[in-house]
Amino acid sequence: MSSQTDSADTATPRRRLNIGQILIWTAVAVIGAVAWGVLALSRGEEISAAWLIFAALASYAIGYRFYSRFIAYRVLRVDARRATPAERLNNGTDFHPTDRRVLFGHHFAAIAGAGPLVGPVLAAQMGYLPGTLWIIIGVIFAGAVQDMVVLFFSMRRNGKSLGQMAREEIGPVGGIAALIAVLAIMVILLAVLAMVVVNALADSPWGTFSIAMTIPIALFMGFYLRYLRPGRVVEVSLIGVVLLLAAIAGGGWVAESPLGDAFLLSPNQLTLALVIYGFVASVLPVWMLLAPRDYLSTFMKIGVVVLLAVSIVVANPALQLPDFTAFAFNGEGPVFAGSLFPFVFITIACGALSGFHALISSGTTPKLIEKEPQIRVIGYGSMLTESFVAVMALITACILDPGVYFAMNMPATMLGDTLQSASAAVAGIGFQVSPETLAATAASIEESTITGRTGGAPTFALGAAEIFSALFGGPAAMAFWYHFAVMFEALFILTTVDAGTRVGRFMIQDTVGNFWKPMKDVSWKPGLWMTSALIVAAWGYFLWAGVNDPLGGINQLFPLFGIANQLLAAVALAVCTTLLIKSGRAKYAWVTLVPLAWDAVVTLTASWQKVFSPDPTIGFFAQRQQYVEALAAGETSLGPAGDVDAMRQVVVNTTVDGILSVLFAVLIIIILADAVRVWIKALRVREPLPSAEHPFEPSKLWAPAGLIPTREERAERAEREKETAGA
Amino acid sequence: MSTRPLAARLRATLRAAWRITREIAGERAYEIYLEHHAEHHPGTPPMGEREFWRRHTDARDARPGERCC
Repeated sequence: MSSQTDSADTATPRRRLNIGQILIWTAVAVIGAVAWGVLALSRGEEISAAWLIFAALASYAIGYRFYSRFIAYRVLRVDARRATPAERLNNGTDFHPTDRRVLFGHHFAAIAGAGPLVGPVLAAQMGYLPGTLWIIIGVIFAGAVQDMVVLFFSMRRNGKSLGQMAREEIGPVGGIAALIAVLAIMVILLAVLAMVVVNALADSPWGTFSIAMTIPIALFMGFYLRYLRPGRVVEVSLIGVVLLLAAIAGGGWVAESPLGDAFLLSPNQLTLALVIYGFVASVLPVWMLLAPRDYLSTFMKIGVVVLLAVSIVVANPALQLPDFTAFAFNGEGPVFAGSLFPFVFITIACGALSGFHALISSGTTPKLIEKEPQIRVIGYGSMLTESFVAVMALITACILDPGVYFAMNMPATMLGDTLQSASAAVAGIGFQVSPETLAATAASIEESTITGRTGGAPTFALGAAEIFSALFGGPAAMAFWYHFAVMFEALFILTTVDAGTRVGRFMIQDTVGNFWKPMKDVSWKPGLWMTSALIVAAWGYFLWAGVNDPLGGINQLFPLFGIANQLLAAVALAVCTTLLIKSGRAKYAWVTLVPLAWDAVVTLTASWQKVFSPDPTIGFFAQRQQYVEALAAGETSLGPAGDVDAMRQVVVNTTVDGILSVLFAVLIIIILADAVRVWIKALRVREPLPSAEHPFEPSKLWAPAGLIPTREERAERAEREKETAGA
Repeated sequence: MSTRPLAARLRATLRAAWRITREIAGERAYEIYLEHHAEHHPGTPPMGEREFWRRHTDARDARPGERCC
């Protein structure tokens, strides 16, 4: 414990800002304030998307410079003189001091996937302001804080996982609750993401062809790296990207040809294909599919994020959606039900506060950090970057014609079978779009239809295509860019489906292995097949149920995914708060306690409404009751459910979803109660409670604290280089 | 401030950027292994390049690495 306090004062850089820095930060604050003012106060007129970018970047800069610095040096007391696990346990592979810029890239690639592209698009139904506010404020005070603090505590414990920390620092009950939470979120996450892919590819031969081609491309890359030129990762990735672009361009041609029919798949056929893919991919050796796909998606991820940021700034589109729609207040939105509080904070998880990140911040990253102060750029900085991706996704949805946005995101059952009925349904919720506009938009991206394409990916792809084609290729390139963006998103999702199935499988193998020895051997083939099949069956069930849900699978399942993700955030923030209190830093515990309290209130309110709301569009059990009564009364259709089978389906789905909501709420309460018990115990004793922190060992390495070395650091480096050269 | 000519500094910056790109992509794993091996196990022959990559990739069968949403 002494090491945490003795070095605090000397390790804290307490430089006063000089006059130049004061001017710069004042300018940043003014730009941010003006941008926020424009966003909040514009009424009726269209405003430029650039204001969103300015508000976000200025807020991030201030949050990073001042708040993350305060947390790192005052609250956590990072110590540059302390050796990190990477330095102490260096083995050249798992533990290895890694350049901060490289680690930033790895950590960002690991935390950011399709999540920040989906949530903000769905939340746009309430207008651009609720989503923007939560994404930016949420990340600065909750999401990035969680990522950095978990990273710090895991690093001080040689890279222990969140589950292990929960068990050791809170207790076995909290530990088991954390394990169940992780498994549950994994299953729901995989189902929801797979559903996004199904909704984007259904009846789209072009999209289906190009995604299908990623499998032979990845196999080719895998064989290339295994047998032809091992280790040439950059080379094979570039070949892969070129093949991928060829597959997208070729998809348009294939869709037109007689071959096109082979790739015209219904939602149920795609569901089956994804389930088979998920199982096969997760039992194949990683070098065949997973590793090459990972190289490809890392390349695409970083490349497209940069391209999109530049394109938005240059194309400078105007936001078409209003700041608030009526759905923010009346809770009757068609994309997901419920009012602004709590459902915006549930729908947008990735990009603002994502519990899942705690698994990565307590996984490989803490074992690779070179210097303690670098947790700021890697933990806080990567999360700010993901948040920026979420802001860009929000922009892609908000620059669309609002009528088009709603026609794409309302459940297909509400829209009816024709463009006229879709247009009428959109008019019914207060927005206007003509059947001609819907037909012309679909034609511009060479899809048969755009109505009822829920799940966020097609909306994001359409918005991104408008932005990209403004810069590259004009209207003629819309179709290419649309399918490019769909491919971009589907690529991550397929990688996540594969990796997530494996992670879930390891958790089951590990747990069952405690009772049944053979299972402990993770390469034992029958065990591997059984556990993989179990995980695939679990998410496959939710995927199938969601795809066939008469009320719209995204509408029903997305809130559950959000609740599960925020539940994991509650576990992570509870562990952080516990550790702050146990290590004698109770006066700073608010840093994680305030986000935890907010997260708990949001998640529990949402769970409460999902369980107990008498409004059938929100409460699962109220909805169930409504359908049970209708069936008992002999009715043969109700709302979007057109026949008795569909009505029975609704009853089954709402039962399962309702039970899951109860389970999640109970888990949160258990974890919080167990954590509070430890807090009280820790606050009552004078001495800090025992904790598993690794004792201080001096560091022999030198590295800059931030992304860009300061002038002093550059001088110090030059000094050291001179010394080494002299010796 | 530096006395080095601009072209040389530019070259050094580009070289550093390329190295970081390769390391983010994962291509420097064998080089890192060789550096580590030379430092910690001098005198013993290191693994060959092919064998290293095979083991490096297969190790991921046992821990696939988390990927978030």
